[in-house]
Order: sequence, then C-alpha cells, then structure tokens
Amino acid sequence: MRFFGEPIEFEKQAGIGSPAWRGRADDGEALQAFAVAVHRNGGRLAALWGEDRRKGGEGFRLHVAFGLDMGHAWLGLDLPAAHPAYPDLAGIFPAANRMQRATRDLVGIATDGGDQRPWLRHGAWPADWFPLRHDAGGGRDFTNRPSDYDFVQVGGEGAHEIPVGPIHAGIIEPGHFRFSVIGERLLRLEQRLGYQHKGVEKLFIGMNPADGARLVGRISGDSTCAYAWAYASAVEAACGISPPPRGLLLRALMLERERVANHLGDLGALGNDAALAFGFSQFMRLKEDWLRLNGKIFGHRFMMDRIVPGGTALDLEAPALAAIVEQGDAVGREVKELKKIYDEHAGLQDRFLTTGTIDADLARELSLSGVAARATGLILDARVHRQGYTPPAPWAMLGVRPATDERGDVAARAAVRFAEIFESLRLLRELAVGLPDSELRVEVPPVPGGSGLGVIEGWRGEVLVGVAFDDDGKLARVHPHDPSWQAWPALEHAVMKDIVPDFPLINKSFNLSYSGADL
Amino acid sequence: MIPMLKRILRTGIVSEPPPAALAAEQREVARLGEEILRILGRALTIRQVDAGSCNGCELEIHALNNPYTNLEGYGIKFVASPRHADMLLVTGPVTKNMEHALKVAWDCTPDPKLVVAVGDCGSCGGVFGESYASCGAVEKVIPVDVRVPGCPPTPVALLQGILAAVRR
Ligand code: SF4
Repeated sequence: MRFFGEPIEFEKQAGIGSPAWRGRADDGEALQAFAVAVHRNGGRLAALWGEDRRKGGEGFRLHVAFGLDMGHAWLGLDLPAAHPAYPDLAGIFPAANRMQRATRDLVGIATDGGDQRPWLRHGAWPADWFPLRHDAGGGRDFTNRPSDYDFVQVGGEGAHEIPVGPIHAGIIEPGHFRFSVIGERLLRLEQRLGYQHKGVEKLFIGMNPADGARLVGRISGDSTCAYAWAYASAVEAACGISPPPRGLLLRALMLERERVANHLGDLGALGNDAALAFGFSQFMRLKEDWLRLNGKIFGHRFMMDRIVPGGTALDLEAPALAAIVEQGDAVGREVKELKKIYDEHAGLQDRFLTTGTIDADLARELSLSGVAARATGLILDARVHRQGYTPPAPWAMLGVRPATDERGDVAARAAVRFAEIFESLRLLRELAVGLPDSELRVEVPPVPGGSGLGVIEGWRGEVLVGVAFDDDGKLARVHPHDPSWQAWPALEHAVMKDIVPDFPLINKSFNLSYSGADL
Repeated sequence: MIPMLKRILRTGIVSEPPPAALAAEQREVARLGEEILRILGRALTIRQVDAGSCNGCELEIHALNNPYTNLEGYGIKFVASPRHADMLLVTGPVTKNMEHALKVAWDCTPDPKLVVAVGDCGSCGGVFGESYASCGAVEKVIPVDVRVPGCPPTPVALLQGILAAVRR
C-alpha cells in the first residue's frame, strides 16, 4: 500500500488495535519527501524516536510516526553507525523540533541542520554520551553540572523577562517558563522542560513485557490506563494476539473512567483559577467520589496495573458494574447542573472567553491532538469515525460522538471537557451493562525480534507507544509518546497577547504532562 | 446565582454524611487532622516539591484539598514559597535535573524544618530507582524525617505521614 503517490511501500500492522501501516524509507530524502506529502494532505507528526540497532550488526534506526486520516504511518529510516544524521523535519512539522533534540540527547543521532540545543540533557551527563546506546553503560558516575540554556532573547523598549520555575507555586510538576512581557502583556513564552527526565526509556531495555507494563503505567500517572493500553496494544500487535472481548471492554471502561476523573478535576481547577471556589469544591467532591469507587472496585484509585498485555488483570462482578452505572447517572445529573452554573456565571465566562486562543490552522500546523485540538473544531479522536477512518474495537460498535468547539479558547477547552464527560458516561453505561462473558486475557508468547505500535485516545490526547523486542523476547526498545509533546508549543502560542495574570488559567485549560514528555 | 445557592444548600457540608462503606475513612481523616492541629497548636504550612514524580502522587496530594479531607479546615496550608514553610512534602525519585532545585528549596526553608518523602519513588526510588538521570530516594539528596510509601499513597496515608512528622 502507498500513500499520496509516494514510492514507499507500507504494510498494515496485524491485530485489532488502532490501524497502523509500517514502511521503510530508503534514505533521508525519501523521508523528507514523505513528510512533505503528509503535511500537504493535512496529516500530523505523531512521534519521532531513535533506536540503536548496532548490536545486530546494523546501524541506528530513526522512527517517525505520522497521523493520517485513516490511521498511522510508521516509517523507519536506517542510518549508518558511523554517521547517523537525517534531515531536519522541523521546517515541515514544527513539532519535530523537541523530539529531534531529545532523540539526539538520548540516542546520539542528529539532524543535519536546525536547532541543535539540547532538550532533555541539562547537565547530568556529557554531550558525547548517549544513554540509549547499548554500549553506553549505566552512566551513574558523571558529575551533575549546572547548565545554561540559550533562551531566545526578545528586544524592544520596555520589554523584560520573567523567569518562573523549575519549582512552581502550587502542587504541580516542575518546568521552567521564560516570559517576555511589556507591562502586563505577554509577548512571548519559551518553555524549558526536561526537569522530570528520569531515564524511563533506558529502564525498559532488557525488561520482560510484564515489567514493562508496570513501568509504562508510571510515565504519566494521570494517564496510567491510556499508557498501559497503548503499550499492551503494541505488544499484542508484535505478538499477533488479541485480547478477549471481556478484557477489551473492561479496558475501555477503565479508560473512560480515567477520562471522567481527569475532566472533573480540570473543570474544578478551572473554576478555581477563575475565582469560583464553589466550582472547585463541587467538582473535587465528585472526583473524590469517583476515585473512591475506583479504589473499591478496582483496588486502586487510579487503576494502575489493571491493564496488562493480553487483556486485563482483574474482572468486575455484577455489583461493581451496577455501582458504575448508578454513579454515572448521579454524576451526570450533577455535572449537568454545574454546567448550567458555569455557562451562566458572568465572571467565569468573562475570564474564559477569548482567553488563550489558538485556531484550527495552528492546531494542525503544530500536529496537536486531543482536547486542545478538538477545542479548535478539529474532529480528531482515535475513538471516533471520520472520513476514511474506522476506529478499532470496541469504539466502532459504540459509535462514539466527538466533542468539538470552534472557539479555541479556555471556554472551548472547558466546553469540550463537559461534552466528553457526558459522552463517557453514556459509554460507561453501555460498557457496564453489555459486558460479554469471556476470558479476561490471553497468554503473551515471546516474539524474538517483533515490534508493534499502539495508539490510544487518552483523556489529554493521543498516547502512542512503540515497542521492539530483542532476540531473547525481552524489550529492546520502548518509546512512549505523550500528547503533551505537541501541546506544550501550542501553549506557547496560546498565551501570546494575553496578560500575565491569565497564564495560570490558560495553562490549566491545557493541563499538560511534564513527566509524560520528559520521560 | 440562584441555582448555585440551591446547589450549595443541597450539597450541605459534604464531610458530614459519608456513604456507609467509606465512613471509616472519613472518620480517620478527621481524627488525623485534629491530632495534627492539637500537637502543633497552630497552623502547619507545607511546601510541596515535585522533584521528579510521574504526577500520580500529586493527584493524591491534590485530593488532600478536596472538601472531604478539607485540610485547610485543620489549619494545614499549602504555601507557595519554601520560605514560609514548616514542612517540605517531596515527591519523585529526585531527577538529576531537579537535584539542584530541591537542594535550593531545602536551603530556603527555615529551621527547624520537616521533610516528608512521598510515594514509593520518594521513599526508595520506586520503579525508577537510581540511574544516569535519577538520584533515587529523596533522602539521597536532602535529609528526610518521614517516608510515606505507596504508589501513590492514599490521602489517609499522606495525612498519617504528615502526623508522624509533626510528632517528632
Ligand atoms: S510513587 Fe508511584 S505514583 Fe508516586 S511518583 Fe512514583 S510511580 Fe508515580
């Protein structure tokens, strides 16, 4: 199969997961030409990562996953061990910038031009040492040096800089924000991230698939189900197995419960940042009820380690399913009332409307996915039918209705969350009453040398995991990709022309993961 | 405005009638909160520092501020600056990239200061351990008074940890 008339041959990945086609680019030029074709046809850059394959006598491999209308195109480009360089894709897809820099920091394969500033490497290891190379050693003895970073300078009369972080005021992950302002007005925001980098990708190397599942569920704790499922799906594609129906539907049930929990929390926090403490306490109460039921029926408030390769690690009995339906009905009624209050609250709407705006063109340009993309009007949701795309099981049969809003501001991101809560509650009811009888999981046979890609629509956006096994059936490479990679730069755009005091609200309306993208 | 007031009236004070199965948890939270207040005899100020967590622990620390737990009601406050804090509540394995910032936060916290290391990661490094990018447990970087294991620890476990620290 070919895309857009480009000469690269693709083959569909096995299994019932999200549709993905894999192909190989002969050289950098072919990769570049394909990227241009994807861009011209409205596609996205989904993820980019590197792999050291020198152990098997090869060189390095660059992996690039593109989001197309019909699914994902997963392209490999082999690079010689002696000179592993490839063309800079950031001119085509700006989202490539940080991914390419991270790939250089970790694997030591670099673009032949463009931004060469380090991204994940601050001062903990030297520039000529690459943690994901198989001959790198542990790297624990380096001196941790303080590092400078080349922020882009903004000139002009009256302009000055406000540096914030890495430790922020509040209970929030660390990162550094450099604001350039005139008076109260924000001219520019530049982020420096990587503070949460804890070497996750190196830890995966040599693990067995079950341990990998535990680790992947801790890439971004708020999205543990999405990661566990995307990883499981990648492993299953590599092994040529499919989870049994009951296991599959239980996964969907957990994913939707994760979505509702996070959306409830975000809507509360948005109310709080707009000085509506009432909204905060109401939503936090609902969220706490939600988590407590999780604790009771899943044995874990965030459902960590319940989704595993092959299926799920737990079953739900009839009383638990009834409790889910009952709670869903109650929460639905309350959220409906709260939505009315939010919609009619003049002070709140005044803060939400036209604040932190991005439009659909920018969202497309930045390869954005998830809530923030749908809040510009894009119908982009791996669970939802769109022209040319049939979602994987079990979404196809559930007929998921997309939530979109064209305003692109804080109000739109709040509105999308409200709509998604209602849709998730509908899905939860259908899943809970229609759970088929079957096994929960199947055995995962070792597949030396196999590889697969998994894509799941998490509550924040598209969570993608690439997996490759070594010759002993252990994990050779796992690359988890958080939607925050693409959304952080969107936040930089969204704050422009707003005022400094609006930043916390705009930031909250995206609610991005630091850990997920810092790895 | 009217629907909002109605809502407030109908919800009442949520910490009052907890569902039967969860009543024990609720009582435990109240008991812990009161005991912390009694021992201290005044407000406790906490600066939370995420030094490298997966953000799972933060979700549960956030839950301490929900209307059920209502920490502020017991005079336990999260503050924005370490300079105003009695206690640092630290999550993570401490990443190498946060090692320096955590030390600075600790230096800025006035003596006598308490440090509570949160989660399996904060307590012992958790799934991330020590590596080229991770210093591991919080105590590898700053002195720790109390560890609260769990992945993530529940709000009740967090409160117990905070109580254990103020008892010292
Ligand atoms: S203890 Fe668990 S929840 Fe907390 S940071 Fe570590 S992995 Fe995340």
